[in-house]
This record gives sequence, C-alpha cells and structure tokens, in this order.
Amino acid sequence: MPELSAGLELIGFLQWVYNIIASIINTLGLPQIILNIVLMVLICLAIIVFLALMALFLIWWERKVAAHFQDRLGPMMTGWHGWLQTVADALKLLQKEDIVVASADRKVHYWAPVVVFTACLMAFVVIPFGKGLSPSKVNIGILYILAITSLTVISLLMAGWASNNKYALLGGMRSAAQIVSYEVPLTLSIIGVVLMSGTLSMGGFIEAQGPYFWKWYIWPQILGFAIYLSAATAELNRTPFDLPEAEQELVAGFNIEYSGMKFAMFFLAEFLNMFLVGAVATTLFLGGWQPPLPGLSFIPSYIWFLGKSLFIVFVIMWFKWTYPRLRVDHLMAFAWKVLLPLAFLNIILTAVGVYIF
Amino acid sequence: MSYKTITLNVGPQHPATHGVLRVKIELDGETIVSAKPIIGYLHSGIEKNMEVKTYTQAITMTDRMDYLAPMSNNLVYVMAVEKLMDVEVPPRAQYIRVILTELTRLNSHLVWLGTHATDIGAMTMLLYCFREREKITQMYEFVSGVRMMSSYFRIGGLDNDVPPGFDVRIKDILDTFPAKIEEYEGLLTENKIWKNRTIGVGKISAEEAIKSGLSGPLLRASGVNWDIRKSNPYSSYDHFEFDVPLGENGDTYDRYKCRLEEMRQSLRIIRQALDGLPSGPYITKDRKITPPPKEEALKGMEQLIHHFKFWTEGFKPPKGDVYHSIESPKGEIGCYIVSDGTNKPYRVHFRPPSFVNISALDKLARGQMVSDLIAIIGSVDIVLGEVDR
Repeated sequence: MPELSAGLELIGFLQWVYNIIASIINTLGLPQIILNIVLMVLICLAIIVFLALMALFLIWWERKVAAHFQDRLGPMMTGWHGWLQTVADALKLLQKEDIVVASADRKVHYWAPVVVFTACLMAFVVIPFGKGLSPSKVNIGILYILAITSLTVISLLMAGWASNNKYALLGGMRSAAQIVSYEVPLTLSIIGVVLMSGTLSMGGFIEAQGPYFWKWYIWPQILGFAIYLSAATAELNRTPFDLPEAEQELVAGFNIEYSGMKFAMFFLAEFLNMFLVGAVATTLFLGGWQPPLPGLSFIPSYIWFLGKSLFIVFVIMWFKWTYPRLRVDHLMAFAWKVLLPLAFLNIILTAVGVYIF
Repeated sequence: MSYKTITLNVGPQHPATHGVLRVKIELDGETIVSAKPIIGYLHSGIEKNMEVKTYTQAITMTDRMDYLAPMSNNLVYVMAVEKLMDVEVPPRAQYIRVILTELTRLNSHLVWLGTHATDIGAMTMLLYCFREREKITQMYEFVSGVRMMSSYFRIGGLDNDVPPGFDVRIKDILDTFPAKIEEYEGLLTENKIWKNRTIGVGKISAEEAIKSGLSGPLLRASGVNWDIRKSNPYSSYDHFEFDVPLGENGDTYDRYKCRLEEMRQSLRIIRQALDGLPSGPYITKDRKITPPPKEEALKGMEQLIHHFKFWTEGFKPPKGDVYHSIESPKGEIGCYIVSDGTNKPYRVHFRPPSFVNISALDKLARGQMVSDLIAIIGSVDIVLGEVDR
C-alpha cells in the first residue's frame, strides 16, 4: 500500500534531499564522486545522530524499566519523568577529568573505547531501519554484522590488559572466553534463517518474510530465535551473562580504570549493541520493518521497526532485572553443551524442512 | 611455561564485602587457593566505650554493633545485667521483647536476603526486601522513636509500654508477610541459575562447623540442631511453639532455605506472643534499677532525690562477672560483663556471631571460584560493625 503510507514514510523526503544536493552539485559542475562523498557523509551523520539519541533514550529507558520492576519510580526530577537525566549525565561525563592510571599502557588504554564504539557504529550501516532506509545495501549484510561485532572482544581485552589492574584483567579474560564461545551458537542460530530465505542480505530476509505475521521466521525458527536471544544476551555481557563486569565480583570488570568520556563510550556502546541485537532479531525473525498485516501499513515502516526492536531490548532488560548471574564454568558449559547442540539440531531440522517443502 | 598463582585483594572498598571486610585471596586462574579475611577497618571501640558509661547508658552502644539487629544486641546486654543483679522481668515485658527480637530477626534476614541475592546478580531482590524491611523499621520508630538505633529495652523491662495500636500494626505485618516470602521463593528457590550458584558452594560438614565454632543458621544448615531459644530458653521462649529448620548439606543453598524457613517460624512466634500478650507492668517494680514514676517524683522529696540520683549516678550491681548468650539472627551472641561494684561496668565483652562465623571463611572458600567467594561471604551473613566492634 505505498500510496496510503507515502505521506508518513521517509522515502519521499530523502528523495527530495537527494534531488536538492544533486542539483547543487550539477550546477556547480562538480564530478559525480563529490556527490557520492557528500551523500555518504550525510548518511553517516544521520546514523550517528540517531544512534546517539537512541543510546541516551535507552539508558533512560533501562533506568525506568528497572525502577518499575523494583517498585520504584526511577529518575523523576529532570524533565518529564526524568527524560533529561541521561542528557545531564552525558554532559557531566563530558566535563570529567580523564584519569589514566600511571602504570597503564596509555596507547592501548586510549584506543580500547574507540574500537568498541566504532565497531558498534559500523554494524549499523547495513540495518534496514525502514522502507528504503537501509544506509548500505550490502548483499552479505548479516555476515558483515557478525564480523564487525566480533571486534568488540578485542577492545574488551585491550581495556582489561591496558588498565594494569587485576580486576580489569580478570574481566577482560572472562569476556574474551565468553564472547568467543557464544559467537559460535549465535552464528549457527542464524543459519536456519539463511537456509529458509536463501539470502545473506538484510533486505532479502525482510522480503522473504512478507507483511503477514504468520509468515515470519520466528514461528518455524522458534528454536533459532531462542538460541539467538540467549547467545546475544551473552555477547552483550548482560545478566545473566554479565560476568565480565560482574559488579559484585570484579567491581566493574574491564572498565574499572576508565572514567569520563572513555567510560561513557563503553557505556553507550553497551546500549547501542543492545539495540543492534534488537534490530538484527527484528530483521531476521520478526519481519523487519513490515507490519504484521498489510492493512496496518498506514503506520510507517520505521515505527514498526523501532517498536519491534525496542520490544526485544525490553525483553533483554527484563532478563537483567529478574535473573541471578551464572558462574564462569556454568557459562561455558551452557554455551558448548546446551546451545551448540541445539543450534546444530535447529540447522538439521531446517535443512530437512527446506528440502521437503 | 612457568605458572604461578596471583594474589588478589578484595576490599575493604568493594561492592560485595558487606561493609569493609578485606579478603586476601590466592588465585589459580579463577580458583581460590586460600582466602584470608582481614578485619578491623570498622573498629569503633564499642566495648571500651561501655566502660565509661553507666549500665543504663551503655545500652545505646550495643545498637551500633550489629546495626541490622539492634534489639537482639539490646536484649543480650540487658539480660546479662539482669542476670548479674538477679532481676525479675515482668511477663508483659518478656513477651514484647520476644515480639520485637523476632521482628529483628525478620529485619536482619531481609537485609541478608536482599544483599545475598544482589551479590549473586539478582538485583531486584534487594529492593523487594527493603520494601518489607521498611515496615519493620517503622515499627521500631513506632515503639522507640528511632528507626534503627532503637535502644528500647531497659534493664528490668522496657523503656516504655508499647503505644496503643501496636497490635494492629503487628497484625498487619503478620498478614502481609507470608505472601512476600512466597514471592521471594518464587523468584529464587527453584530458579536454575540460583540453584547452580548456591548448591554445593561453601560446603561445611557438621563436625567441621562445630569445630569452627559456627552458630546460628550457618550451623543449622549443616544439620546440627542448636538453637539457644530451644536449648536454653530465655525471655519465655519456652511458652511458644516453633520449629528449628535444619539443613542437610551445609551449603549456601541450605543456608538460604534455613533462613527463609526461620522467617516463617518468627512470624509464628510473633503471632503466639501477640495473642497471649499479658497485661501488667512493662518494667520491674524494683526501685533499685528503675526510676520512680513521674507523678511520685513530682510530689515527694525522697522520690525526687531518688529520681535525680538514678539518672545522674545510676545503680551499682554487686561485684562479680556474668555471661549470657541469646540466639541473634546471625547466631549465638554472648555478653560477658565484669562488675567491680561501681555504677559502670569494669569490662564488657561480646561474643559476636559474625566474627566467629567469618573466621571459617578460608575453610568455606578453598577450592571454589571467585564468584563463589562472593556467594559465600553473603551466605555467612556478616555485619562488620559487629565483627570489629
């Protein structure tokens, strides 16, 4: 129903922006490459601004969700229901002195938050935020995301090692072991969807599912979805898998020696990664930006996408405020003895199903 | 490749050492080779301070030891002085003491449950437990005017009779609390992660527990039936029916189960004590250790002098020494008083259950992992104010 929803979709607006820029470039007589560069810069800026706002929103939201699970109100003083609280916190963190311990490896200590934040931002390049809102249409989008998010582990190790602190080192060690282990079931859980849709591009998954909720991959791939959500929660270092930064054991884990904006970058990356998990789960299992029924397409596609992603994020927050934390050995046993065999089972079942139907 | 253990200093500033406990641990990877608790960071000279206060004034010092169980500390001290002076406490005061010390048990166990669960990562429990604890601290405020440092008990009875409406408020707690315990159990008891984290962690056998001098829920979780309320009943605990919950394996999970069951039993005791609450005086009539009533002091000369002498000088117990112990929420708390016949104690010494229990930390933690150490410290249930005094 493009004509119904055209008024609210962003495609028209983007086309309009593109036309203006293209005409300016043309009248100036500049080569085509300049147009491409300008567009890329604009797209990157748009993503960064959107994600920065999203991270601030998610931090506020997490605090509100936690508070309401715990019979509290959470931030209430700054702005309506405390919505300005994270803005104020971010401003405070920006002004804080950047403390580096004397015995730290300064270069590695400096680059660790940069790597984690960059890796996180890069992953969003292939996310289809709505109809025609995919910043880059790479035809191996999901592979790209898996590859880029693996960089996180390097930065956590860097942070843990460079801080020259035993707690940080233990946190870094834990996170390396954990993320590498959970990468395996995470990747395998996605293969089911790849087999069913026959594509690796993010747009392809959405097209293959269609705007009917009973055709979404969450139903045939319910096992894959469960594995993906568990493994992704572990990748995010969130409860019940938050061992790398287990507050009660390692104080703060790998980021114990970080303060000010460097700390904020770890923190923002954590929340953006959470949104990334929600976005990928939406694309793979929940039909992406498509409405559950074609008749509901008067609500614009990016709203559907945000709604579904934020619901997944909410579920992950729900885990955090309900479950206790696993222990290191149980964590490894869970990845290799439970999730991995289940993921293989899921692949075999899907392959047989795809072959028969 | 050469390979050695690393030494990790946990605390005194650490989120999960329940105050300022410091533990020096030897780690082989993440496995604990040895754990040595180092104490003294919260030493405040409570026992020494009591030597320069009269017997009545010294009551206020006891609150500050185990600040989660102030009424129990009050009780052991006043009972020790009563034993020294051979004072008869009226039954009404005894019953109210029972009600309030059992409320204290609930208070202490709630804070234990909240912090213990938070240590293991279940953050929400803390807020749920503090929500219920609030009612108990309000109850303290209702009877004594103070939320934490109540100092409500006096030698020979109570500071004052309970205000009207006491029974209604207690009944309210009694009616709402069982459902809350169910709620906690629903979140934790059958939770797979919780069981994984606590079963078999910090195990200690009955013999080892006795050898280490453990007491309270820590000892009972190992299957030793030792509860001073049953074995040496004091303050008319023998009038009430209650069970002593016992564990089997002596691990963190059994300690958790024991304490939750103890909370239910405490409610049972409070209900019986409230139903059978006798009327009568709230403090002994013995004018040696209680001031004369206000009306008399305002009218008679002799009574006014007595009133003045009592509040300035206090009373003088006979020479001698005395030891008394009761079952505090954390185990056996004992009070040893030496009197030289003056109005101030010559020496007061406490046997704090937290101090004795934490000394077994090395035995409990050896061979476990770092995460288990945190669970074990939580399950020992220490209050550093009491360990260091």
